[in-house]
Amino acid sequence: MNVEERPVGWWRAESIWTRLLSLDRRWIFLGIALAVLIPIITGLTLPLGKPAPPTVAVYDYIDALQPGDVVMFAVDYGPSSMPELHPQALAMVRHALEKHLRVLSVSLNVQGTALANDVLQTVGEELGAVDGEDYVNLGFKVGGSAVILGMGEDILTVYPTTADGRRTRTLPIMAGVRNYDDIALVIDLAASNIPGAWIAFAKERYDQDVALGITAIMATDFYPYLQSNQIIGLVNGLKGAAEYEALVGLEGEQAPGMLGMSAQSIAHLLIIVLVIVGNIAYFASGRQRVGH
Amino acid sequence: MAETIPLEQVLGTWVAALLTLAIFSFLYRDNPVYKIAEHMFVGVSAGYGVVITWREAVIPDLIQPLLDPAAVDLAGPNYVVLIPGALGMLMFSRFFPRYDWLSRWPIAFVMGYSSGLAIPAAIQMQLLPQLHATLQPVWPAGEVTWWMALSNLLLFVGVLCTLAYFYFSREHKGALGVASRIGIFFLMVAFGAGFGQAVMARVSLLIGRVRFLYDDWWMTLVAPWFGGG
Repeated sequence: MNVEERPVGWWRAESIWTRLLSLDRRWIFLGIALAVLIPIITGLTLPLGKPAPPTVAVYDYIDALQPGDVVMFAVDYGPSSMPELHPQALAMVRHALEKHLRVLSVSLNVQGTALANDVLQTVGEELGAVDGEDYVNLGFKVGGSAVILGMGEDILTVYPTTADGRRTRTLPIMAGVRNYDDIALVIDLAASNIPGAWIAFAKERYDQDVALGITAIMATDFYPYLQSNQIIGLVNGLKGAAEYEALVGLEGEQAPGMLGMSAQSIAHLLIIVLVIVGNIAYFASGRQRVGH
Repeated sequence: MAETIPLEQVLGTWVAALLTLAIFSFLYRDNPVYKIAEHMFVGVSAGYGVVITWREAVIPDLIQPLLDPAAVDLAGPNYVVLIPGALGMLMFSRFFPRYDWLSRWPIAFVMGYSSGLAIPAAIQMQLLPQLHATLQPVWPAGEVTWWMALSNLLLFVGVLCTLAYFYFSREHKGALGVASRIGIFFLMVAFGAGFGQAVMARVSLLIGRVRFLYDDWWMTLVAPWFGGG
């Protein structure tokens, strides 16, 4: 309605529903900001609920491995996905090192190698694990699927040196590790379509067991691979990170995923209310238009 | 206390906090501060990518195999790497209009290589396993419980009806029309699930930033100046 067409006292004629539909979206931004900020400031703690079966599957698989088994973490995410994937990586690497598994890290995302260093050094220092013996960051390689295929033949050919330039062959952690035959599980932590390449080439070509830690927005794309048993488990976003932290028994600052879940729940409640109110307003204002 | 925190960490946290607030300022309206932060992000990301690629890919995969083979476990120089190296260098011909046609060679190589990998991968990863996973028992017998059978039937009907919706070679009337309309319901459920996951992902990112601003910046660096923290 143009300003010229509006009758005197037009704002009174508009229903609350019509006005709600034209609400400045910045009020909604403010509402979401408060819904996230208040639980964080107040330290609100809501119950997490039962862990999802795909998260439990990853936990159980790692938990059943024997000391000395090798787990490869593909850190294929950048800082923009850290809030969701870094807590997952911290919890899973901690679980693996506590089980005295050997942890290798590779990155097909150029920004992933620094984050892999952060995870390995943070957890390694806390647990007293030794770089080169208990864990190592092999670093970033260009090539995506070619790197995955190459490691199926010989990891040392693809990664002759580590991220910090050490000769990979000389490291104690690499004793007896040649290709996927010597790796118990590959866990791809990713915020892109790279997990598809790991499934296509590591799983389907070399029958390597693969688990995924992905952002929530990717989950619907990768759940079908659970149903087809092409992945052994899936950790889904911040919620999955919190579930894994609970399974490992972490709490406080060691569990950044759980610290964020109360804010997540409150924000989701607000969004549910907004969706319901928005739909009611849409239909109510529509009936009003028909009535006029 | 702020005094015990290393200076580089204090500076880094302040820069990160101010850039985060600059990006968030877009939520109110577009503004020059947001533009500066956006351009800095693009520039720093590109620069960082170049440095890491040089250090962790070009040096160990191209330079060391030629000039320092012992560092990468080679008995002698590996001249084969000159071929991909030369192909890669041809990409820089884009900067010279007279010779930019040379860049088509590495592009053609990458296209051919990628297609050769992608086509069998799509069949191996998606088509056959997903087709197989759809063909599950829909009648409760043996180890198949009623609940599993119902779930399998729902999956089977969902796949068929969704495929029917995307069959455009015949008018959607009769049985095809019914199936395609049922397919729409399955699509709506999928879109709803996708929207819910998208909300969770975006809220998670906001939580990460808010926790950084509150814990690492405000409570650690700012509040102590006001007697808090």
